[in-house]
Amino acid sequence: MPKGRIRAKLRKSHLYTFCIYPGDVGKEGWSLGGPGFSRIVYCNEPQVHSQIPLKYRSNDISTTKYNFITFLPKALYEQFHRVANLYFLGCAIASLTPLSPFSAMSMIAPLTFVVGLSMAKEALEDWRRFMQDMEVNGRKVKVHTGEGAFGKKAWQDVQVGDVVRVEKDQFFPADLLLLSSNFEDGICYVETMNLDGETNLKAKRALEVTLDFDEDEDFKIFKGMIKCEDPNPSLYTFVGNFEYDGQVYALEPSQILLRDSKLRNTEFVYGIVIFTGHDSKVMQNSTNSPSKRSKIERKMDCIIYVLFSVLLVISLISSFGFAVEIKYSMPEWWFMRPQNPDNYYNPGKPVLSGLSHMVTALMLYGYLIPISLYVSIEVVKVLQASFINQDIQMYDEESGNTAQARTSNLNEELGQVDTILSDKTGTLTCNQMDFLTCSIAGTAYGSGSSDVELAAAQQMANDLEDKIELDTVVSSNSEKDHKSSIKGFNFEDTRLTNGNWLKEPKVERIMLFFRILAVCHTAIPELNKETGSYTYEAESPDEGAFLVAAREFGFEFFQRTQSSVFVREKYTASGKPVDREYKILNVLEFTSKRKRMTVIVRDEEGLILLMCKGADSIIFDRLSNDGRLYQQDTTRHLNGYGEAGLRTLALAYRKLEESEYSAWNTEFQKAKTSIGDDRDIQLEKAAEMMERDLFLIGATAVEDKLQKGVPKCIDKLAQAGLKLWVLTGDKMETAINIGYACSLLRQGMKQICIMANDADTKEEVKSDILKQINNGSQIIKEEKDPHAAFALIIDGKTLVYALEDDMKDHFLELGVRCASVICCRVSPKQKALVTRLVKQGTGKTILGIGDGANDVGMIQEADIGVGISGVEGMQAVMASDFSIAQFRFLERLLVVHGHWCYKRIAKMICYFFYKNIAFGLTLFYFEAFTGFSGQSVYDDWYMLLFNVVLTSLPVIALGVLEQDVSSQVCLEFPAIYQQGPRNLFFDWYRILAWMGNGLLASLIIFFLNIIIFYDQAFRADGQTSDMTALGTTMFTCIICSLNIQIALTTSHFTWIQHATIWGSIVAWYLFLSIYGALSPNISGNAYQILVEALAPAPIYWTTTLLVTMACSLPYMVLIAYQRCFKPLDHHILREIKYFRKDVEDQCMWTRERSKARQKTMIGFTARVDAKVRQVQRKGHKKQ
Amino acid sequence: MADMNRERHRTRETAFYLFTQQSLPACKPVLTPGWVITIFLFMGLIFIPVGLITLRASHSVVEIVDRYDTECVPEAFRIDKISYIQDDSIPKNCSRFMKVHKYMKAPIYIYYQLDNYYQNHRRYVKSRSDKQLLHGQKYHDTSSCQPVELNNGQPIVPCGLIAWSLFNDSFTFIRERAELKVNRKNIAWKSDRDHKFGKNVHPFNFQNGTLIGGGKLNPKVPLSDQEDLIVWMRTSALPSFRKLYGRIKEDLDADDVIVVNLMNNYNTYSFGGKKKLVLSTSSWLGGKNDFLGHACVIIGSSSLILAIVFTLLHLKYRRPYGDTSYLPWSRKSLSG
Repeated sequence: MPKGRIRAKLRKSHLYTFCIYPGDVGKEGWSLGGPGFSRIVYCNEPQVHSQIPLKYRSNDISTTKYNFITFLPKALYEQFHRVANLYFLGCAIASLTPLSPFSAMSMIAPLTFVVGLSMAKEALEDWRRFMQDMEVNGRKVKVHTGEGAFGKKAWQDVQVGDVVRVEKDQFFPADLLLLSSNFEDGICYVETMNLDGETNLKAKRALEVTLDFDEDEDFKIFKGMIKCEDPNPSLYTFVGNFEYDGQVYALEPSQILLRDSKLRNTEFVYGIVIFTGHDSKVMQNSTNSPSKRSKIERKMDCIIYVLFSVLLVISLISSFGFAVEIKYSMPEWWFMRPQNPDNYYNPGKPVLSGLSHMVTALMLYGYLIPISLYVSIEVVKVLQASFINQDIQMYDEESGNTAQARTSNLNEELGQVDTILSDKTGTLTCNQMDFLTCSIAGTAYGSGSSDVELAAAQQMANDLEDKIELDTVVSSNSEKDHKSSIKGFNFEDTRLTNGNWLKEPKVERIMLFFRILAVCHTAIPELNKETGSYTYEAESPDEGAFLVAAREFGFEFFQRTQSSVFVREKYTASGKPVDREYKILNVLEFTSKRKRMTVIVRDEEGLILLMCKGADSIIFDRLSNDGRLYQQDTTRHLNGYGEAGLRTLALAYRKLEESEYSAWNTEFQKAKTSIGDDRDIQLEKAAEMMERDLFLIGATAVEDKLQKGVPKCIDKLAQAGLKLWVLTGDKMETAINIGYACSLLRQGMKQICIMANDADTKEEVKSDILKQINNGSQIIKEEKDPHAAFALIIDGKTLVYALEDDMKDHFLELGVRCASVICCRVSPKQKALVTRLVKQGTGKTILGIGDGANDVGMIQEADIGVGISGVEGMQAVMASDFSIAQFRFLERLLVVHGHWCYKRIAKMICYFFYKNIAFGLTLFYFEAFTGFSGQSVYDDWYMLLFNVVLTSLPVIALGVLEQDVSSQVCLEFPAIYQQGPRNLFFDWYRILAWMGNGLLASLIIFFLNIIIFYDQAFRADGQTSDMTALGTTMFTCIICSLNIQIALTTSHFTWIQHATIWGSIVAWYLFLSIYGALSPNISGNAYQILVEALAPAPIYWTTTLLVTMACSLPYMVLIAYQRCFKPLDHHILREIKYFRKDVEDQCMWTRERSKARQKTMIGFTARVDAKVRQVQRKGHKKQ
Repeated sequence: MADMNRERHRTRETAFYLFTQQSLPACKPVLTPGWVITIFLFMGLIFIPVGLITLRASHSVVEIVDRYDTECVPEAFRIDKISYIQDDSIPKNCSRFMKVHKYMKAPIYIYYQLDNYYQNHRRYVKSRSDKQLLHGQKYHDTSSCQPVELNNGQPIVPCGLIAWSLFNDSFTFIRERAELKVNRKNIAWKSDRDHKFGKNVHPFNFQNGTLIGGGKLNPKVPLSDQEDLIVWMRTSALPSFRKLYGRIKEDLDADDVIVVNLMNNYNTYSFGGKKKLVLSTSSWLGGKNDFLGHACVIIGSSSLILAIVFTLLHLKYRRPYGDTSYLPWSRKSLSG
């Protein structure tokens, strides 16, 4: 492995000034052993840890809710936690006693079915989690097995104290103490994507004492002891001591390799296991996945409680009536033989009889509580979920992933989302940087104008005609993203490509610009053997993009040695490629504080050059007077780039005299070798001395590539009235850039930045933050311009304080008032905390979306968690409720599926209550006519079939297939989505109205029937009706009314709806004739009821028709009035579609669509509008 | 053939595909004022005629009702009717006069009507054994007949409270000295006679000993021919009900006076129930039932009125259909 050897020779720390040095500060070690710091690890002696008290938790993890033994009791407990289920359990038990008005089977079977179905679902979900755990636990890692030999072990068998060897691109199996790496100075690179979402590689560095243990054999004799803190969730701190050879060394976070992070750019490392399994920091960060229920379902519980109260009241009335009848009337009813009482009918004990009747009544009126509602909802949701899973328009061709509804509990919640909390990297962006444009010596190169400007210009030009289609602009742009064939390079300008830059006027400057790109970095080239070209492993993707760009321009960086960088220049004056060597004299590294990076090199001519790249403000401060030649132009360009959401860096250089350099270098070396606290300060000072009098040469703009369709999707979501908060682990600058790129931020938007200052005491910091927050609120309150939009930007350090109890409400209030909120540098825990704050503070529905393990907390905490099933690991997806392949599918998931599912479930539940009230109350009314005896007017079989067959299918069809408007209209008018968050279809008015409708229907059905069939003959043959004839007629009326009602409710009829609705009515008659044809042993009094008694009687048919119409008349009047005079949005849209107005009058259609967007504050359209307003204002001023 | 198969296969696939994509062809009706008015008009036009026709049928029915329970108790027993009815030694016969006020065409149906009699009480309704009615003593499991299951350790056929409390008033009708022929056959459902009451099942141990309730049955006649019992066993839905007693096969003229000789056996006095005798003709619709007609007319005319109201409203506040100014983002009142 030649590559490894070359790398191994590098002692990178030698070059880099600001590299983390082992803290000589802590040689004496931390004082440990107190509470919270009790962990002791004997290195390389795992056997010691197999006994208490040193026996720590094993390394296998389990994220399942149940195991084989606990499943049954736990799952049953969960099921009977629901009040309704508990009630039905009670009923099922009571049905085994003679008190039951029905047969026991008819109570037990549905309950078993409901509970069984739900439990099967739980079991399946848990099984999936279990398989995932198995996969993780089964991963292999090399572990020291003694005598210097390493063998592979499953992760779950790794123990505290084990020495493990982790190889390149492997995950760490536990939290490790880094001992050594293949690099001599014990550096290794770690990707912590899964922990904090950051893609930058982080350097970790071993203690110097352990550096020599970098061969397998070395571990024969290795012994040591670690004393450190107890397991805790803080990812960025670690306190501990390492005792070796009688010496104590302090440990720092930079020596700790965390589980779930990945080894990168390093061949191998050795480490000692400190925290295993659930003790590891990442597992400590994970919160228990809560079982989520949608708001609608919670409200449904309230309704169930209401119905329970109704049930209790009517049961009480019933049993009171019964007791009175028993006491006063029963003794006179000789035909009931009161002299032979049993417990149930005992005139002597009316209270006892009344109480036992209570049980009967509770069961009899149980039809008020729709048990089948739960079954139907489960069925409907599963079907809805399968629609989501199969939607071809949410299918990602690249990854082959479809959307996945991982729980079906929350479908309707998708239609009520108010705020989206989104991760950035991997969710909004692809984590890929593309070199897009640059400004060299005051000239802008590359297709500089941003998409927004383009669209705004067109919008202006066509403002009157309204002809342009914004979407086409946006979509054409997103298509453009695809063209770039070279990863990291998306530059189009023939003036520079293919060596044409040689013909440009300022060729010297351009060459220098490219050289800076090719030399000023810390990356390592790797030859791709297949293509023959070089790829680069850089610490940040920006740097990689620069190198790729330089390569494409003809400056190919191809080798790095200890002291030199080699660049092959393809286009030279001579026309032949030339290899140039740059001796690296010093590297002044990039840190977030310095915001710049400098290299000092000596080229082949012996010239000493200082090359610097950094944030524009930093560079501009350090320019010489001559060096400001291009500052004005460059600034203008930079502003444009910034507005377009590009990451910009300014490039500058300085020629150094030999003497000047050597003088500085001695100073610098002194600072570098100094020991003590002020080393960094001294280094800083030295660097500062050199980085001045620079000459500005240009600026670069790199696009943090957004995922496909993200701006358009955000635009649509904004139009749908959703708020978007971005929570990212990235730096503030990056986050702001992305804010611009996604149109969450725009020029003219007032940015409120909340930053913690460096005050000494916590109180001071807090009061300062509070002041900033209050100032922000004040500004918003005083703003007069209706179009003014605000953005809140806050970082993780500040959030620590802002999320404290006394401050969080102020913070939330400010956040809610702002059009967009960006939180940067937030930890996974903070993401979850922010989510909880927004969720609990606003009471609205929150959707969390993310792709990495660092988003798991947020995803679990949010009302709905959406995982992106992209390139990252599966943790986010596993924790999520829905997974989609790309962010852009969120639009369809919410605006189409969410909207539909919300309305479907809302309608369905309302109808269910209507239907059960309408049916259940007729039973109650009848009681009043039977002396409250608990006799039902209907045959047992009718009642059993009522919920199961006769009324269930149409409502399921409604719940699965109903569409108020087509998906196309949903997408064209995202504003219609607001019906969900405003909960127009499941508010108490609507629910009560439906219940009222049910009450009315029950009254109409019951009283019309009993008056018509009161005592007169109902046939020409003179027979009067008995209980069966009346019951059957009444039941026919119920079936017809309920099915006509659902036909009136449905607005989208496919053949399935027709089949279920009309089929249900037909099924009733069919059942009746079959049931009547069975032997009277089975059918009893219903024998031949239809064929012989009812069908030949015209009164039966007339009554059915009359009652059905009378029942639906109130509802028809209501909807007729509403549609004619108070239409809702979707009614109008339906009409437009129905009359094909959109086809006839294209203009109007487009105009309406653009009108529908006006209210939005963020997103692409809002930005274009703002731009248009701005330009118009300028125009007015000129006039 | 293969082509056709493939074709069919493809269409099935497409249909399923459309289903999964939720884009099955669908009818999406829009409720326009035109539809609203048409529907209401249509309902009105159906129900008013139906109502009128049923009213006409109902009016063609002639009905005479005579409450006899109080009058048939001799003056001496008016204070204590219960002791009268329970005393077997007192003759129970009684004569009533019914005046026909309108021509009644045969068949004329004779009903007895009981009020405040809870034949629909659960204890009562449950107390029967359908299997015993069909199979007689061969069927032993008659626990459902409690509390009238056994007498002196012997099974009772037919068992149960319903049969035991059989109505036993009897009526004979005399017009101008001549007895009117009353047909007491075919008053029960044919299916009941044929399939639910056994042809070989004879009453046994019925109304015997201490357990004496209502009417007695002739042990010689099989249950399937005991039509009074069959009618009685069809329990009524409401506490006030009529049951068919028989049919008079002769027309009755207006102003005919009919003498009813009845045996006032049945005890409704203990619970304050009423007994009535009803003579009624029937139409194609059944008995006199004005309510149905009225209800139809009311529903029909309210539909008509609604149709008119909606027409007027529509003319006054016409809303152009698919008018975008109604969309919320166009409405000014909506803010936020």
